[in-house]
Amino acid sequence: MDIDTLLRTLEETSIATLIRENESLFPWVESFHVLAITLVIGSIAIVDLRLIGLASRERPAGRLASEVLRCTWTAFAVAAITGALLFASNAFNYAHNSYFQAKLLFLVLAALNMSVFHLFAGRDIERWGIPDQKNPLPARIAGAVSLFLWIGVVAFGRWVGFSLHPTPLAG
Amino acid sequence: MQCVPSTLRIGSLIDPMRTRALLDFCSWLEETPLSQTIQSAGWIVPSVQTVHILSIAAVLSSVLMIDLRLMGLLWRDQSLARVSARFRPVIWWTLPVLLATGAVMIVGEPARSLANPVFQLKMALLVAAMIVTLSAQVPLGRNPAFWEGRRGAARIVAVFSLLLWAGIVFAGRWIAYF
Repeated sequence: MDIDTLLRTLEETSIATLIRENESLFPWVESFHVLAITLVIGSIAIVDLRLIGLASRERPAGRLASEVLRCTWTAFAVAAITGALLFASNAFNYAHNSYFQAKLLFLVLAALNMSVFHLFAGRDIERWGIPDQKNPLPARIAGAVSLFLWIGVVAFGRWVGFSLHPTPLAG
Repeated sequence: MQCVPSTLRIGSLIDPMRTRALLDFCSWLEETPLSQTIQSAGWIVPSVQTVHILSIAAVLSSVLMIDLRLMGLLWRDQSLARVSARFRPVIWWTLPVLLATGAVMIVGEPARSLANPVFQLKMALLVAAMIVTLSAQVPLGRNPAFWEGRRGAARIVAVFSLLLWAGIVFAGRWIAYF
């Protein structure tokens, strides 16, 4: 089965049809998506700014990250589920939208950046991440890259709403 | 912008806020050169909305951190006063950015925002959220241990604050559908 057939099949599932055809379901799911994504990026920014060394420097980096990332992952789960529902309701058009593709690419890059950080600089975060000490360069780079990518995710996400044709509902 | 299905319009329920004067003001604003520029340059509104959402992310996460500390769920090794000192400035410094970017959106589409019942609800929720935030922060400023002996009240204030801010985000998204 080629990808377009798969996308059309996804659109025809009962949940996708329900979201598309029910007038208020799409904005409700979208509201939860926006709420979740603001909490994802806002909480991840707290960690990123600590990694860069711009804020929360009086807190151990490892401890701050483990506490705040619990909020991030909870919010991310909500964002991913609601995002998948919104996608399903108009799968073909989203998949063929270049801003949507860029958003997904940035999400993948953010995941890669996080994995690389955990494999290398993050492994001895307890050693270097003590209060008021300068963070190693790889940690600062990982923080800055993460911040940049998540800002991109939000920007591309907003542009999807203005470029999707035919738009299912208001931008 | 597409036409909105009639079932989505609850405007008629709260019509008193759609006064003649307000609608006249919206029509005037819409004709100003600034509004015309915002309307015709396609990149302005999505850019400004992106900054608006990022600012909301900053405010909301800061509110969440303070409220989770108020509830005693996070940052328990730090005092509430310390957590507030870290995150409160983010809230107050980002609010002007939210107001400025919000103003650009209003100038670009005055009638769809100012005369929109959901926008009016959002502003009412914003005022309520500010009052709740101040009611937690002002006593804390006078006495850093104020909330320590008031666990129940602290939880209620925190839950109220989170619900109000979530309501602001929801209302913000729903403006587009009314």
